[in-house]
Formats: sequence, structure tokens, C-alpha cells
Amino acid sequence: MTRTPLRPLARILSAREKGENPDHIEAENKRLRAEASRDRQRGRAEGRLLILGFAFFVGFAVVGLRMGDLAASVPEEPRSFASGAQISAARADITDRKGRLLATNLSTHALYAHPKQMIDPPRVARELAALFPEMKPEDLERRFTDGRSFLWLRRKLSPEQMQAVHEIGDPGLLFGPRDMRLYPNGTLGAHILGGSSFGAEGVHSAEVIGTAGIERAMDARLRDPALASQPLALSIDLSVQTAMREVLDAGMVMMNAKGAAGILMDVRTGEVLSLVSLPDFDPNDRPNPLVKGDPADSPLFNRAVQGVYELGSTFKIFATAQALELGLVNPDTMVDANAPMRWGKHTINEFQRKNYGPKLSVTDVIVKSSNVGTARLALQIGAERQQSFLRRLGFFAPTSLELSEAPGARPLIPARWPEIVTITTSYGHGMSASPMHLATAYAAIANKGVMVQPTLLRREGTVEGVRVMSERTAQASVEMLRKVVTEGTASYAEVPGYAIAGKTGTADKPKRTGGYYKDKVINTFASIFPAEDPRYVLIVTLDEPVDTSGPEPRRTAGWTAVPVAAEVVRRVAPLLGVRPQIETLVPDAVSARRN
Amino acid sequence: MTEMVYGSMPGRVVEPVLPRWWRSIDRWSLAAVFLLFSIGMLLGLAASVPLAQRNGLDVFHYVQRQAFFGGLGLAVMVGISMMQPAMVRRLGVLGFLASFMALALLPVFGTDFGKGAVRWFSLGFASVQPSEFLKPGFIVLSAWLISASQDIGGPRGKSASFLILAVIVLLLAFQPDFGQAALILFGWGVVYFVAGAPLVLILSVIGLTGAAGFFAYNNSEHFARRINGFLSPEVDPRTQLGYATNAIQEGGFFGVGVGEGQVKWSLPDAHTDFIIAVAAEEYGLVLVLMIIALYTTIVVRSLFRLLRERDPFTRLAGAGLAAIFAVQAMINMGVAVRLLPAKGMTLPFVSYGGSSVIAAGITMGMLLALTRTRPQGEIAEILLRRGR
Repeated sequence: MTRTPLRPLARILSAREKGENPDHIEAENKRLRAEASRDRQRGRAEGRLLILGFAFFVGFAVVGLRMGDLAASVPEEPRSFASGAQISAARADITDRKGRLLATNLSTHALYAHPKQMIDPPRVARELAALFPEMKPEDLERRFTDGRSFLWLRRKLSPEQMQAVHEIGDPGLLFGPRDMRLYPNGTLGAHILGGSSFGAEGVHSAEVIGTAGIERAMDARLRDPALASQPLALSIDLSVQTAMREVLDAGMVMMNAKGAAGILMDVRTGEVLSLVSLPDFDPNDRPNPLVKGDPADSPLFNRAVQGVYELGSTFKIFATAQALELGLVNPDTMVDANAPMRWGKHTINEFQRKNYGPKLSVTDVIVKSSNVGTARLALQIGAERQQSFLRRLGFFAPTSLELSEAPGARPLIPARWPEIVTITTSYGHGMSASPMHLATAYAAIANKGVMVQPTLLRREGTVEGVRVMSERTAQASVEMLRKVVTEGTASYAEVPGYAIAGKTGTADKPKRTGGYYKDKVINTFASIFPAEDPRYVLIVTLDEPVDTSGPEPRRTAGWTAVPVAAEVVRRVAPLLGVRPQIETLVPDAVSARRN
Repeated sequence: MTEMVYGSMPGRVVEPVLPRWWRSIDRWSLAAVFLLFSIGMLLGLAASVPLAQRNGLDVFHYVQRQAFFGGLGLAVMVGISMMQPAMVRRLGVLGFLASFMALALLPVFGTDFGKGAVRWFSLGFASVQPSEFLKPGFIVLSAWLISASQDIGGPRGKSASFLILAVIVLLLAFQPDFGQAALILFGWGVVYFVAGAPLVLILSVIGLTGAAGFFAYNNSEHFARRINGFLSPEVDPRTQLGYATNAIQEGGFFGVGVGEGQVKWSLPDAHTDFIIAVAAEEYGLVLVLMIIALYTTIVVRSLFRLLRERDPFTRLAGAGLAAIFAVQAMINMGVAVRLLPAKGMTLPFVSYGGSSVIAAGITMGMLLALTRTRPQGEIAEILLRRGR
């Protein structure tokens, strides 16, 4: 655009010639220029006003459309669950094998506050503190008045407490529904169930997640909304569990033990009917784990599954069974049992430095629990075959039990396997495993040589297992174990009507610093009953027991674990429906007269 | 005779005030305002009853107050709409000075009514929020300054008005009242935009805002949470927003029925910030769309009438006033439907509130005055153009 000058020289000069004021020309040009700029401005403003009008129209249209969209949608019902949709509080119940309740949910309420809606914070603080001893009035008042608009007060309220809070009558105190996990049987089955706590928490609901035991191991199944209405049935039998816990508890006191564990397992299906570890706890109020010291001292510690111990002489049956299986010996073969036995710089002794030698039959090696005899058999078998047999019996891997603690309970296996380890392993020293491992291996013997994976869930129908030894070997081993009771170290296990077969095991507890304690033992009795047609395996383990009924303290399993196990069988066998073997009564004078 | 000798008396041939007013005013917008106010009264009959009951007053106490202040506001509106643009300008500038002083004195004499922000003067029988009156005054002032700056050799009006804007925004941010600050900022932006803000500047401001928002979203957890909370489809039903959303859904297309609504009992601000939710619940989408249509009518008609306006001041001031009026309504309704983050802002003429309705009357009165049909010098222009 060409810019016209305000005072064009030609016009100015001609105006001057005509005697006109040249300033008028400048004023005229200024006016024209202002007008042109104004026209430009107006043109631009017109466009922009149109844009604005269009923008506002679109803005209002969007608001209207959104209103229409909202009005056309259905309100969420019920209101109070609208934001809790992501948190699924559903959790399936847990029952025992007969449908008796082990864990369920209880609707309770959590207490929270909206301090901004509170009418009289000091009074509320005072009255709450009177209701709940753990709250301090000054503390509460400070939190109510420091400007926050929301705070949690209590995770769970009983109905009575809720009513009491209602009676405070302040609109700033509010309740949110909470599904609480309840274990109606208290300490019964504590280690199986484990426990639960709240996960994601909202005002309207909270997620319940398993923190231990089967609650944690089966968390996904229990929280699956599709399966929430179907309770999870365990293999546990509540009455058996009750009896087992009672007997072990009494036995623990009687034998002055610091802990006890018991496992009862169905050998045909692998179902664990009872699993007890003492001392135990109440899963409704799960204690905190120990922060220092030995975790095994906490009641949370599951001795039956997590406790990895040297299980002692109970291992001997594996050596004899393998020797039989390999055809090295038969039950009557005489083996060298001359004690003490020297192997390199090591000396193998019998219990209390006895000598059962010079020769013992294989059966008597088991009956008398001869370390030397077992050692000789193990040497014949050899390290490699011994390891592979123990591996097949499951001693080299954690058990597959459905407990969150099970995968962590890894057996302790010697790093190298020289012949001295072969010898000590054959009588249960040098390698450690849990009572659950032992139960599984004994179940294989009892189940005619077929090993079934143990489980805590109820199984239907027959279960396929893996054959680990021939039926003949298994049969012969059970007969040997029966003789341990009738003639050997486990004579206290003779229960009228029920033929028990089993093996005692007494292992010195290893010191943390190395070596073994002289007066601290783990006593185990691994038993099978009824001996004529084995159905069940029962493992009873006592931690540091001592029988003080005699003149001097006795610490062998025959004196401690065996009587406890016998009592368990006496109580449990009728509950399991095991038919007692009743000897035909010889008519005596009393019964003869009545007839 | 006298007339035959001296000719007729040179009387002023001026149309009487009222007929001229009626002929030149935007009657559609005027009708829309009256309709909006009646709808507001109707809704107030429902929405303010719970508040009156809570405060132990006569059930229609707030309705009566609103009728009084609303009548005042409408009278002020009609009165102002009779003014000439120059008069509007004088009034606006004086009003701006008064309300600016009041705003500056707020920290000394103001009260916060326990709401945490000092925004009001308490006069005993009523409270006054100076920022409500500042908005139209400031828009008129900036329009005057900016239009003057377009004259050759005019003052540096853009810089001056920007300076005043900065001071006002700072004062408001100190209260704090970011909603009003944003509104004033937007009003000034519209004036500047219509006055011919360079496109490069507009685009770069938009770009910078976007970049700043993006930066804040990525680097400030607090900001990100606020935005995420706003964007998330779930809304906690116990918040005001939750109740409002629910009320709109409950209302559906034709409402749950007069007086049957529930939301007014749960929302403390049902009669002010969330009046649209009450409307939606009791009368349904029909009434809401009608309200929106009324606002659209006022705003779009005003802007189109300003298209023909030749006087730069009138054009700028009109556009700015229409913009703040529209944006205030839009923000209020946008919050209720969760298009915008929560911000307390009244719905002009519909919400309860003395300050609000009188300020809206002033704004609307000025807008109506500026959009009146006037001779735009068409003939003079044709004569002056001389074939250009």
C-alpha cells in the first residue's frame, strides 16, 4: 500500500499560491487516514465478533449436549456404592471337609469423620475417648480442628460400639460398611487358615486380602467374584482337628515341650485331615511377627510345615525299604551291627553306646533302631541311589501344600554327599526336612508304594499317584514298622483295637554355633494305622520334650511322642470311622452267668 | 401568523425517551433476561426453602429477599439501558473507581463469613461483593482505554489497561478468588481480541498455557491429582458434584416433579452455585435447555448487533460485557455437568444473591444500552466516501 504523505508538496505549494491555509490539507489527510484505519479495525472486529459469537454458541451447545447426555443416563443405584465399584469386598467362605464353617465374612462398620461437618469437636473428642480407650481426647480434638476434611477413626466397630457412636449424635461422625473376616473356631486351624487384613480401602468398602496360610495361597480363588458364593472346602475334618489339638496341647504340657506339631493324612488321597502346630494363635487377632530373634519362637511359626528338623531314626525305614526294593536284602537277612562302627575318623554309636551286634536281622535293625545296621545298609545302597530314592520321596523340594508358607520350607540338604553323609542321612541326621515331608513319604509306604501329593483341599474320587516302591516292599516295611510297636521302641503305641505301625525318631537339636545340644531334642513318631490295611499316616513331633515321670529325665521319642500319638489315635480313629479289631471275648464267670 | 412571519419555532425534534428506548432496545434479549429472572424465582421457591429452614427463618424468606433485590436489579438494568454510550462509559469508569477502592480496602474492612476467603463487605442487612461490580466497570474502562489507543496520537491504552488488569488479578488472587480473577482476565482478553490483538500473540498465549499445563501435569503431583480427579469418570457421590450429577440423572428429560427433588436438601449451595442441578432434577432437561437457549439468545444476539456498530468503544465494551456474562453462565453450568473443575460462580439472574443479581443487572443494562440500534452515520459515510 502506498502511503500518502500528510503534506503532499504539490498541493501545499498550489494552495499557498492560492493563498489558502495548507494546514487544512494536512487536517483533511489526517482525517482520511484515521477513517481508513477505523475501517480496517472495523473489518477485523467484525470477523472476530463473528468468531466470538460462534465460539459462545458452541460452548453453550456443548453444555446443553452434556446435560442431555447426563439426563439420558441412568443414575447409579444405590448411591452409596457408586465409587466403591472397583473394590470388590466379596470373599468366599472356607469350610472343612464336611461343610462346617472355618472362615466367613461379617458385616461391620468402620468409623470415619468429616470434621468440617462436626458441630462440637471437643465434645465428640471427649465422648469418643470415653468409648475407645486407645484414643486420647486432646489428640482427637487437635485432629478434628486442624483443617482436614476427612479422617479415619477406627477400622472395625462392633454393633454395640456403633450404637454408642450413634448416640454421640454428631453429623460429622460417619460409618462405612466393612466386611470383616471372621474365624469362628478361634485358634483351631490357625496355621492352616493363616489370616487376612484389609487391602485397598475406600469409604464404602474395603478389600479383604489373605496375609498368610491358605487365605493367602488361595487368595485369587477366594476373591474371584464368580466363585464367591461357593465356599472353599478344605480336606480338614474339624472334629479330628479339635481332638488332635486337645491331645497335643495336653501332651505338650505333660512332656514339658516348648512346641508340638501333628499331621494326620489320608494316604490314599493325600488329603490332610488335620494339621496342628502348637503354640498357636487366634487368626481373628493375628499377632505381629517377631522382629528379632528366632522366628520359630513366634506362635505364627507353623512347625508342621515350616519347621525343618533333622528327623532322626524315622528315616531308617527309607534305607531298609530301598535295600529291600533293590533286592540287596530281605527282612530276615542278617547285617553287621557291631557297634561302635568306625568310618574314617568318625565313630558311629548306638543310642546310649549300646551294642546290638554282632549281627541283626533287617527287621531288628528297625525294631531296635540300630544306627550301625542302617549305616551298613546305606553303604550297600550307595550315595547316588540313596539320593535318587529320597528325591522321589519328595525330600529335596518344598511340599506342594496350599499354604503360603509351604514354598519357603525348603529341606536342608548337605552340599556334598561323601560316604559319611550317606551313613548319617540313613538314620536321619545331616539332612533336615519338615514333618510334612515325612508324612508324605510315610504315606507312600502306607499306600502300597504309591506316592500321592499332599493337599489341604477336599479331593473327590481316586487320586493318581507315582509308584516309588513295589507293593511287596511297602507291605514288608509296614510289617517291620508294626513290630517296632509290638516289640521295639514304640511299645506305648499299642492301642487296644487299633494296630499301629510306626517308627520313633529322636534327634539332637543342632546348635546355632555348630555341634549339637546334649539335652535338647526333637522327638518324632511317624505312624501308620490301621497296620493291616493302612489308611492314615500320623506324625507327631514334640520340640524339646522331657518326660520327668521316671527317676531320671527321659528324652527319647518312645517316652514322649509315642504316648501322645497313641492318645491321638485313640481319640481320632473312632471319629474317622476306623473299625476297631475286637478280640473275641472269652466268656468269664460274670458274662457266663448272665447268659 | 407569527409562524407565517417568523417561521415555525426551531423546537428540538427529538423522540421522547421511552418510545425511543423501546424502539431501539434489543427486545428479545430484554425478554430473555426477564424470563431468566422468573425462572430463577421459580427455582428459588424450591431451592432456598431448605436453607431457610436450616437457618430457622420463614420458608420463603430468601424468595422474598430475592424478589426485592431482583426487582432492584431489573430496575437498575432498565435504567442503565436507557443511557447513551458516553453515559455508560462515565458510569462504568466511576463504578470501576468505586469498586476498585472497595476491593483494595477488603483486607481491612472485609469479612470472610467463615468461608476462608475475604470477598465481602458486611453491611448488616446485606453483604456486598465488590468484585461483582468491578467486572463491568473494568470492562468498560479497558474498552475506553483500548479504543482511545486506536486513534492516531491516542494514549497508550493497551498497556495502561493491562497494568490495571494485573493489579486487579493480584488483588483477587490474594483473597483468594481465582474464579473471578480468571473471569476478569478473560473479559479483558476478549476486549483486546476484538480490538485486534495480533494473531501471533493469541496463538503463543494459547501455546504457552498449554505447555505450562502440560509441564505442571507432569511435574506437580498435586496438580496431576486434581486433573486426574476431574477427568476420572467416577465421582464420589458424597461431594457436591456427585449430588449434582445424580440430580441431573434423576431428573431425566421431564424432571421428577415440582417440589419432589431431593438434591436441594443435600447441597449447601443448591440455591446459588448448583441451581441448575435443582432445575434439572425438578423440571428436567426441558427447563435446562430452555435456560441455555435464553443465555445463548442474549449473548449471540448482542454480539451480532455489535457487528454493525461503528463506534470502537461501544463495540469493544459490548463484546467484553457479553463475554463475561456468557462465560459466567457457562462456567456455572459446566461445573454442574463436570465439564469444568469446580469453581464457585453464580448463574446470572437465576442464582440467589443480592450482589449477584444487581451486578448482573448493571452488566446487562450496560450491554443493552450499548446494543441499542443507533444511527451509524451510514448517510454521512456515503457522502464522505466520495466514490472511495
